[in-house]
Amino acid sequence: MRRLSMAGAIREAMIQEMQADSSIILMGEDVGKFGGAFHVSHGMLEMFGAERVWDTPISEAGFTGLGIGAALTGLRPIVEYQYLDFIFCAMDQVVNQAAKIRLMTGGHARVPLVFRGPQGATGRGAQHSQSVEAWFMHTPGMKVVCPSTPYDAKGLLVSAIRDHNPVLFIEHKMLYGAASPGGGKAVSDSSIQDIGQDVPEERYIIPFGKADIKRAGKDVTIIATMIMLHRALAVAAELEAKEGISCEVIDPRSLVPLDNATILNSVRKTHRAVIVSEDVTRAGVGSELASVIGYEAFYDLDAPIERVGCADTPIPFGPASEKHAVPQTSDILAAVRRVLD
Amino acid sequence: MQVDMPYASASQPIDISRIETPLLLRMYRKMLEAREFEEQLYYLFLTGTMPGTMHQATGQEGVAVGVMSALRPDDYITSTHRGHAHCVAKDVSINDMMAEMFAKREGSCRGMGGSMHLTDFNKGMLGAFAIVGAGIPIAAGAALSARVRKSGQVAVSFFGDGAVNEGTFHETLNMASLWKLPALFVIENNQYALSMTVAESSAQPELHCRACAYDMPGLRVDGNNVVEVYRAAQDAAARARAGEGPTLLECVTYRIRGHARFEQSAYRDAQEVERWKQVDPIERLGAALLREQRATEAQLEEIRAEVVRLLEDAIAYAKTCTDVGPEDYLAYITDETGG
Repeated sequence: MRRLSMAGAIREAMIQEMQADSSIILMGEDVGKFGGAFHVSHGMLEMFGAERVWDTPISEAGFTGLGIGAALTGLRPIVEYQYLDFIFCAMDQVVNQAAKIRLMTGGHARVPLVFRGPQGATGRGAQHSQSVEAWFMHTPGMKVVCPSTPYDAKGLLVSAIRDHNPVLFIEHKMLYGAASPGGGKAVSDSSIQDIGQDVPEERYIIPFGKADIKRAGKDVTIIATMIMLHRALAVAAELEAKEGISCEVIDPRSLVPLDNATILNSVRKTHRAVIVSEDVTRAGVGSELASVIGYEAFYDLDAPIERVGCADTPIPFGPASEKHAVPQTSDILAAVRRVLD
Repeated sequence: MQVDMPYASASQPIDISRIETPLLLRMYRKMLEAREFEEQLYYLFLTGTMPGTMHQATGQEGVAVGVMSALRPDDYITSTHRGHAHCVAKDVSINDMMAEMFAKREGSCRGMGGSMHLTDFNKGMLGAFAIVGAGIPIAAGAALSARVRKSGQVAVSFFGDGAVNEGTFHETLNMASLWKLPALFVIENNQYALSMTVAESSAQPELHCRACAYDMPGLRVDGNNVVEVYRAAQDAAARARAGEGPTLLECVTYRIRGHARFEQSAYRDAQEVERWKQVDPIERLGAALLREQRATEAQLEEIRAEVVRLLEDAIAYAKTCTDVGPEDYLAYITDETGG
């Protein structure tokens, strides 16, 4: 089997689906000639031509609307945002249009549309760093997917492209494992040993709403997404090795729909839950998951649920401040210790 | 200060030369259907028997019917919160529309959309998008799709004078022209965005002039002259279909009623409204048909009577339909069907 980076796995999913289905198009800023700001669509313009890979002007609301119109009339567009921060320029099209059209037409409309792009804090300051998932978890009609590994990314993106609904497919910049097209060094995280992973060449589907137990354990349940999954795994490995504490680490993989059962089964076994995500803690992923666990498994809990998320702040530029605001392994470790106290 | 519309004058008769009589009679009937549909809604709202709200396009029917008369049945349109006339002109079933207004399961959106979201994909009516300007890029996306699929279809977006100040107008017209999409952008300039006149909201009130920024043709026509609208839309649709790109068509008309339901329009002069009633698009076409002896008064009266019956039947039908149930919406949030 070949090892692929996250960027490579996403690219392969798009290419293979586009080869199999001529109704799929890709559109966004610099996705063609430049190959994508993070190199994700490298070579796709040459492969599919300008009628399938559309380099758009800097018009997020406009090209999002074009994607919706195309989705309503027989195409299956993949709309890329160069940074997911920019999706806010298209908020009306995503939230008021794409997500609502099916309901407001009484089910007559089908909106097969993937919105994808990178998020996450990587030293770029407040407007190129935030985590957007909670905004869209709060938008009925949409699905929200957040892969943490190349293998999951490929299978989940195939599902997203084949889904008949608007899907927000969130990629984490630090997980791409790809150098920038300008030849710059790949952004990476020292807590992640190897960003590449064995990914089958053939197409496969990972369905939404199926969490993956990335590490089995019995003492504490840690639910974590994207880069935080890797930090949680690092914490789990260390605790097991040094102290014999066994953490079960669960990756929800999709936040909407959410696999409540896998999470609740684990919490009922460990009686302790730590939720880790990079988005702002207030009204965020952790809030929602904690409410699910608190409501469904309250009497199984031996300790209050811990939420580890970003401080309630825009992401600051200064590296020391960014690191303080965004959850680190030390924050996860501290939260695990609190639930074990 | 309203747009001083030189064309919209009762003294200027409608030129119906070279247009086949059956098409003219169809335009007359369609405009009447749109008018009567909304007149009946107004009455139903007054009597308190209809849920929700609505926005009437009374006096603006010439724009919808003129443009639609130039389209193929499989061409696409997007509409707005003021969208009944567009649906009627695009041949959406009056019965389906009326059932939707009454929030019935048999409605065009199964009672989930209502007045502001009337839609019929089988008729190319992609939706009424009730956020101002939102339908503009969606229509362009349908045009892009038509081009990618090589279907030969054209997509038309209808929007009001208020929408030209939304970012989507600028973003979409730029992309549509850049890529020569088979699209037609129709400004239905009814002179008011609720209380704001065009002059109060647009630095350049000649809205068609904006086309030059996008290197596309921009035309201003008398929106109360259905035939003039039709001729302009025909040229624009032919141009779009030939791969020559989009057109911006400003149709100057007037909103005779208030912005919504019972809004009284205290911000405008009653004299102004009366003056525009004198250039009613339906009456002007009727006068031209009689003057050119394309129809007799008896024929027009017969059409009017048929339209009244059509609406009476639609209301009677809608009242026999099934009310939306409490849990109906649960089936429509996402599409989980296979294939």
